[in-house]
Amino acid sequence: MEFEKLILILIGASITNNFVLTYFLGICPFIGVSSKIDSAIGLGIATTFVMTLAATVTWLIYYYILVPFNLVFLQYVTFIIVIASLVQFVEMFIRKTSPPLYKALGIFLPLITTNCAILGLTLFMVLRDYNFLESIIFGLGAGVGFTLALVIMAGIREELKFADVPEPLKGAGITLIIAGLLALAFMGFGGIISSG
Amino acid sequence: MIKDLIRGLWRENPIFVQVLGMCPTLAVTTKALFGFSMGIATLFVVVSSSVVISIIRKLVPEQVRIPMFTVIIATFVTAADYFLKANFFSISKALGPYVPLIVVNCIILGRAEAFASKNSVGRSFLDALGMGLGFTCALIVLGSIRELFGFGTIFGFQILGDGFEKWIIMILPAGAFITLGILVGVFNIIDKKMRARERVQG
Repeated sequence: MEFEKLILILIGASITNNFVLTYFLGICPFIGVSSKIDSAIGLGIATTFVMTLAATVTWLIYYYILVPFNLVFLQYVTFIIVIASLVQFVEMFIRKTSPPLYKALGIFLPLITTNCAILGLTLFMVLRDYNFLESIIFGLGAGVGFTLALVIMAGIREELKFADVPEPLKGAGITLIIAGLLALAFMGFGGIISSG
Repeated sequence: MIKDLIRGLWRENPIFVQVLGMCPTLAVTTKALFGFSMGIATLFVVVSSSVVISIIRKLVPEQVRIPMFTVIIATFVTAADYFLKANFFSISKALGPYVPLIVVNCIILGRAEAFASKNSVGRSFLDALGMGLGFTCALIVLGSIRELFGFGTIFGFQILGDGFEKWIIMILPAGAFITLGILVGVFNIIDKKMRARERVQG
């Protein structure tokens, strides 16, 4: 039962309720960055990593520090500081331990702090009363979903270079419309969980 | 001075031109009223944080400015969130986690970094006010269009008759993306015409 619920959270966060296409979280990098598949994958992996870590750390802080000491009103300030320092820490850690990985992911890391998907993830985690394990899985699923949307979008935009887009829609306009069509496609996954 | 205010409304409109702050824009505009509330909340945060950041801009060391700005913004967002919860509970409920997400709205940090940290208090105030108003207007336009086709109403007033078949897609995420995409296109067409006319007159 417990295991089943974890699987449902993982699939829900990554596919049926995709963070980017259903909750509109992480749209900025989605529109700004995703024009090459390689960099989309890099950014996706870095984000997934930070998301899983952020879910773990903020859960511990929220339930072991903020709630017992009646400091819930500091939730937003604390979460954003935790995320920012976590990103900084991950960056330093990767640079020290694995230079090749740092070369691949390094430039994406500072971008992640202002990614609304991470703060959104921690807020949803508290709103839905997930327990510790569920939160970690939720973070992982959300990261995978973000990567998926980013990579699909990058693939489409690589093809888009050769398409004849109306002048006023070039750039942001056509990207948003494509995202809309993708969101429609992802709605099709909605049946998986409720019917299963 | 006036230029600082006007810029955010049209030529550098945060949504249609800079395409910033997308998550609240798309998520809450299922109804015009929600768009309006989100716009006002963001307006409050961007104006107050810009003023504070402008006041302390000479005291903040270069290296820690981004974390400082973020903490200031998060503080004002907390205030706005608790104000909404206390006075307009149903709206706060409908906006859900998107009110706290104002913290990571790139418009606010963007204005802090690009304008308030370099300019006087008065100019920063006007610039933030313009950006906030531009953001609010864009949210109301987007919210009205989606509410009109999705529910047949605008701000809760019946506009389209009972015979109107509601377009459910407009309230769903897909409708949000497509409507905003088309609006950005329309904005570009109008802007181009205006620029062409200015060139003829000038």
